[in-house]
Amino acid sequence: MGKNHPNVDPYIVSRVRALESLLLEKGILAPDAVDRVVQRYEADTGPMVGARAVARAWTDPGYRRLLLEDTSTALAELGLDYKMLLVTENTPEVHNLIVCTLCSCYPWPVLGLPPTWYKMPAYRARAVSEPRAILKEFGVDIPAEREIRVWDSSAELRYMVLPERPQGTEGLGEAELVPLITRDALIGVAHVQPPAPAR
Amino acid sequence: MDGVHDLGGMQGFGRVEREEDEPVFHARWEAEVWAMMRAGGGRGVYNIDEFRHAIERMRPAEYLAATYYEKWLGGITRLFLEKGVVTEAELKERIAFFDARPDAPVTGPLTAAPPAPVAFNPRWALDVERETGARPRFAPGDLVITRNIHPRGHTRLPRYARGKRGVIHRVHGIHVFPDTHAHGLGEQAQPLYSIRFDARELWGPDAEPHQSVHIDLWESYLEPER
Repeated sequence: MGKNHPNVDPYIVSRVRALESLLLEKGILAPDAVDRVVQRYEADTGPMVGARAVARAWTDPGYRRLLLEDTSTALAELGLDYKMLLVTENTPEVHNLIVCTLCSCYPWPVLGLPPTWYKMPAYRARAVSEPRAILKEFGVDIPAEREIRVWDSSAELRYMVLPERPQGTEGLGEAELVPLITRDALIGVAHVQPPAPAR
Repeated sequence: MDGVHDLGGMQGFGRVEREEDEPVFHARWEAEVWAMMRAGGGRGVYNIDEFRHAIERMRPAEYLAATYYEKWLGGITRLFLEKGVVTEAELKERIAFFDARPDAPVTGPLTAAPPAPVAFNPRWALDVERETGARPRFAPGDLVITRNIHPRGHTRLPRYARGKRGVIHRVHGIHVFPDTHAHGLGEQAQPLYSIRFDARELWGPDAEPHQSVHIDLWESYLEPER
């Protein structure tokens, strides 16, 4: 729970608790539902499943093909039952970027809950019309000759980027690669960085 | 509806503001709203398209000013009232209760232990593909043009992609149609496609170099382009 942003506007909190007490009383909300949500999204998920899938794809060509062509089977190998994901691959010719302009659709089961910037008007408005400018703000410079392919998640399918494996990671195995793979890289607003050199 | 939620291509919002080390939830009430939204959907009070449309019906200025979970709270409160799960009077009374007792537990106003909830359907927002036997009208590589439509209700054809030429990239299958499903008019499942648009088609000479947008669109949004 955020300590730096104690967003506890009493006006909102009363309205949340009022509705919550009514939904408990009427059997719509289970008494432990909130604790389970906190546990699941604060402790158990995050971008871990997506990062594991990418690390395995980088180290196993067969899995890479499976992840791109039969994503639900590839995710099932990691213990996740999720049939709505499509994975789109960065190449020297194409850089991919994910957005939802109409609401904030996001692949929760593989990336956890989205960051606030993904849900705010600036990103949703600009990602489809000036992705290069946005990427520059994120510190990612895409040369003009490389295509930027934006995926607007307008239906129930969800998208994840398979980023490029950074140079200097050739000797690393799947488990060592996983922590390098950030949520932002799986959305397409960052490159995966090689590990900092040991001092 | 041509609402303020349909943000693609709008200008004037400034830079994308990022928060360092952002927590999953900024306060517990956000998780409470999350749990209530899932509970209402998973227990069949509303479907995902009704939920999205409830948020779209917020007043435009409120929509733009609200945080994400404030939008969700507004949307689900509207739906629980419209669906008759709660009444205006009891909600007002409960708000007064918690306004007066900000530290009361959420079970504070309850006179008996809450009942066990009915069965929860975890696939409530995921189960959207149908086998209707419908044959997709378009195949990968076909040229299409999106219809120039401005429905008053829910739609998933973004404004920036209306009347635009694109190429079918992929056929996704037969999917529930949000434009009817959000309004109690049934699933009316139809073929869904991934369509590739060149950025110059969408933004003209102001497009950035070498860019495309892929959008998932239902068959009735499309006409063949020759």
